[in-house]
Amino acid sequence: MIPVVELRGIVKRFPGVVANHNADLVLENGEVHALLGENGAGKTTLMSILAGIYRPDAGTILLDGGPVSFRTPGHAIEAGIGMVHQHFRLVQPFTVAENVLLGAERRFAASRSSTDQRVSELGESYGLKVDPSARVWQLSAGEQQRVGILKALFREARILILDEPTAVLTPQEATRLFETLRKMAEEGRTVVFISHKLDEVMAVADRISVLRGGEKIASVTRSETDKRALARLMVGHDVSSKTQRADSSAAGVCLEVRGLDALGDRGLQVLHGIDLEVRRGEVLGVAGVSGNGQRELTEVIAGIRRPSAGTVEMEGVDLTDVSPAQRIRSGLAYVPEDRLGMGLVGSMDCVSNVMLKLSGDRRFTRGPFVNSGAAEKLTHRLVDAFDVKTPSINAPVRLMSGGNIQKLLLARELSSEPKLLVASQPTAGLDVAAAQAVHDIILEERAKGVGILLISEDLDELLSLSDRILVMYEGNVMGTIDGDDAGREKIGLMMAGTHTDMEAAS
Amino acid sequence: MSRASAPIRPRLVKRLVPSRSMRIGVRAGAVVCAFILAAIFLLLTGRSVGTIFGAMWDGSFGSPYGQAQTILAAIPLIFTGLAVAIAFRMRLWNIGAEGQFYLGAFGATAVAYAIPTAPAFILLPLMILGGMVGGGAWAFVPGILRARLGVNEIVPSLLLNYVGILLVDYMVHGPWSDPQSFGFPLGKPFSDSATLPTLGDTAVHAGAIVAILAALAISLVLSRTVWGYRVRVIGENARAANYAGFSIARNVVAIMLLSGALAGVGGMVEVSGVVHKIQANISPGFGYTGIIVATLARFSPLAVVPIALLFGALIVAGNELQTVGLPSDIVLMLQAVILLFALAGELFVQYRVQWRPGSSSSAAPAIPSEPERQAAASASPSIEAG
Repeated sequence: MIPVVELRGIVKRFPGVVANHNADLVLENGEVHALLGENGAGKTTLMSILAGIYRPDAGTILLDGGPVSFRTPGHAIEAGIGMVHQHFRLVQPFTVAENVLLGAERRFAASRSSTDQRVSELGESYGLKVDPSARVWQLSAGEQQRVGILKALFREARILILDEPTAVLTPQEATRLFETLRKMAEEGRTVVFISHKLDEVMAVADRISVLRGGEKIASVTRSETDKRALARLMVGHDVSSKTQRADSSAAGVCLEVRGLDALGDRGLQVLHGIDLEVRRGEVLGVAGVSGNGQRELTEVIAGIRRPSAGTVEMEGVDLTDVSPAQRIRSGLAYVPEDRLGMGLVGSMDCVSNVMLKLSGDRRFTRGPFVNSGAAEKLTHRLVDAFDVKTPSINAPVRLMSGGNIQKLLLARELSSEPKLLVASQPTAGLDVAAAQAVHDIILEERAKGVGILLISEDLDELLSLSDRILVMYEGNVMGTIDGDDAGREKIGLMMAGTHTDMEAAS
Repeated sequence: MSRASAPIRPRLVKRLVPSRSMRIGVRAGAVVCAFILAAIFLLLTGRSVGTIFGAMWDGSFGSPYGQAQTILAAIPLIFTGLAVAIAFRMRLWNIGAEGQFYLGAFGATAVAYAIPTAPAFILLPLMILGGMVGGGAWAFVPGILRARLGVNEIVPSLLLNYVGILLVDYMVHGPWSDPQSFGFPLGKPFSDSATLPTLGDTAVHAGAIVAILAALAISLVLSRTVWGYRVRVIGENARAANYAGFSIARNVVAIMLLSGALAGVGGMVEVSGVVHKIQANISPGFGYTGIIVATLARFSPLAVVPIALLFGALIVAGNELQTVGLPSDIVLMLQAVILLFALAGELFVQYRVQWRPGSSSSAAPAIPSEPERQAAASASPSIEAG
C-alpha cells in the first residue's frame, strides 16, 4: 500500500538554527501517528512544512506517492492537510461559524444558517460540541481547540495535524479528544499527534515516531514498545562523565520553598504545593518536560509571579512578599529561559544590558545620571572575563550569537556575586562549545558556595551538573533523587507522571 | 510552484539593523513625493501649480514676517510633538495632547487672572507651572487608568480632548468672558507681566527658547539619566523591565504626567506669547498635528524641532493661500500625504530589496520566520499594568 504521506530528507534551517536535518517520516491511512520528542526536536517545524507554512530547504514531500510542493498553507489545505496549531490562530471577535468558514468561503455571500448547521452536524458526529454562534473570545481553550479541529474537518481534511493539543486541556477534555481522534482514524483519516508526553502517546497512537535534534530517530508500533523504551529514544543514550561532587549536605540552606501554589497565565493552577531546598554550594536540578510548572516556579522565586500559597525563603529571610528589585539586592540571580524576551533587551547594547539590574546602584550613577564611564568599564571587564564575542559593546545584543547572548546574561547575573542562581534552560539552543562554557561557569559558581537551581530539559546536562535532581510533573514534585544514582530511565518515567519507588532518596 | 524559467523578481530581505541614512532619505523623499502628488492634483483641477507653491513659499519663508509666523506656529507643535514622542518611548499613545494643551492654557490663564499685578519674573514661571499642572492633570487620568486597571490609554486621552476644549469654551463664555468683547468668546487681555517678551524686534516670543530647551532637556533625560534609561527599557521590552524590578505602573503615570505637562506648557506659551488672552479655539489642532510631528521624528525629541518647523510652515502657508482666495485644504492634504509616504517608505528602512531569480527554495523568506515573528510579537506595544 502506498503511504498517504512520505517525507524524505527534509532540511529546514532558520537563522542560526537547524530545525530539521534529514528528517524522514511515513504516514499511513487511518492511523493516529504520534510525533514524540523533546522541545526543540523539530516536531512542529516538520509538520509546518507538511502543512505548507514553511518551505523546506531540501527534501521531498510525497502525497499518495506523488511529489508535491506547497507554496502556501492554502495549497496544503486543498490537498486535504489541516493543522491545528498550539496557539489557535482564530479571530477572537468572530463567531465559531465565521471562524470555521474563514478562508473556505466559496461564494461571495455565505449562508449563515447552512454553515451553522454544518458546524453543528460535524460537532455532533465527532463529539466536538460548540455553539456555532458563540464568539470565540468567550470560549475556553478546550472549546477553541474544537473550533480549530472543526475548521479542518469543514475543509474535508484527510490528514489532520494537532500540535500539542493536550497542553491546554484538562485530563477529562484530553480523554474526550482522544476518542475523537480515534474516530477520525477509524474513518480512514490520518491523524498526526505532536506531543512530548509519553502517557498520552501510549494512550492514543497507533504508531509513534521519535524525533531528536531535528531528525527522526525511530518509528515504532505502539504494541511493540513501552514508555521506558520511548523515554530512552527521546532523551538519548549517552551519559556524559560526571563532575566530582563535594558533600554539601552539611552546608547551610540557601533557598527554601514550602507549599508553593501558583496560577499560570491562563488562570489555572500550575504549581501544587511545591517543596524544595537548595543548599549552599549545591546544584539542584529540576527535570521535567517543559510546561509542567518549571517556568512558573522560577518566576515565583524571582518575584515576578505571585504565589497563591506557600513561602519562599532565601538565606533564612522570608522573600514571599518582597519585590523583585529587593530580591535582586538580596543576592538572587535569575537567568530566564527566554533570554531576549525577558533577560535582555535585544535592541539595546551590551552596556545598557549590563546595567539592567544596576541602574539604581550608586556605583553606576552620578546624581540622576547614568555613570556611563563606570558602566562601560564593568561591561569591558565582564565581556573579557566571560569571553563574550561581540563586534562592539555598543552594538545591539540581538545581533550576537545565542551563545554569546547567554554568556553576557550569565556575566551580568553573576557580576553581583549572588547567593542563589536560578538558571532556566541555560544551554537550550547553544552549540556544544558555548554549552560547555555555560556548564563551566555554573560549576565555578557552585564551587564558590552559591546555591544553584538548574531547570533543564536536557537530562545529560542535569545528570552531569546536579547534586540532586527533582522531577516535576503537572506542577507537582514527583520526587527528588541523588544525582549520583539518578537513573536516566527512572527520571524519564517520573517526567511522564509515573511514580517510582525511588522517591526522596535524599 | 514551477522551477523552470523563473523570472527575476524582487525579494524583500529584512535588514539586521535598520538603515539610518535610508530613514532620513525616506523622510525627505516623502516630503518631495507629497508635493509632486499635490502638484498633479492641482494640475488636474486646472490651477497653476507655480502660483500656489509660490504663494506658499512666500507666505512661510518669503518675508521676515512669514518666517516669524512659521516659528510661532512651530512652537506649540514642538511642545505637543515632544509630549507624544516621550509617551511613545514607553509605547504609550498619548492622543490627548490637544486637550492637555487646552488645560495648559486654562491653568496658565487662571494664574494670570489671579495675580495680574505680580512682576513678570514671578508671574511667568508660575504660569508655566500652571500650564504644567493643567496639562499634567489631564494626562494623569488616562495614565492612572492604564497603570492601575490596564485600560488602553488611547480612548480616555482622546475623549478628554473634547472635555478640555469645552471647559475652555465654558470659561470664555462665562466666568472669564471679557465684557468688552461684544459677546465674542474671548477672555480679558492679560496684564503686561503675564505676556511673554519677544525676541529682539521680531514677533517671535520667548516661548521659542523654552521649546528648544524643552527638546534638549527631554533628549538629555532620555539618553543620559537613570530614569530615562528605565523608560527606554520599559518601552523596548516590558517583560525585561519587570524582570529587572522596575515598577511599570509608576513609570506609566510619571511619563504621562510629563507628557501632559509638556503639552500644557505649549498651551501656556500660546496664550501668553501669541494671543495674550484666553479664547475659544485656542488650538487649530496642534495636539493632533503633534502626533504626526512625533511620528515623523520617530519619537526622537531633537528631531521633533525641525519637523515642527516644517509643519509650522505648512500651517502658515495654508493661511496665506486663504488670503489670496485659494483652498487652504491643500495644506492638510500635504500633511497627511507626507505622513503616508513616510510610513510606506518605512519598508525600505526595515527591508532591503534584492533582485534575483524567483522560486529558489534556498532564498531567504520574505515573510518573517516563526522565531522572528515571535520576537516581533513579544516586542509589540504591550505594557502590563503591575
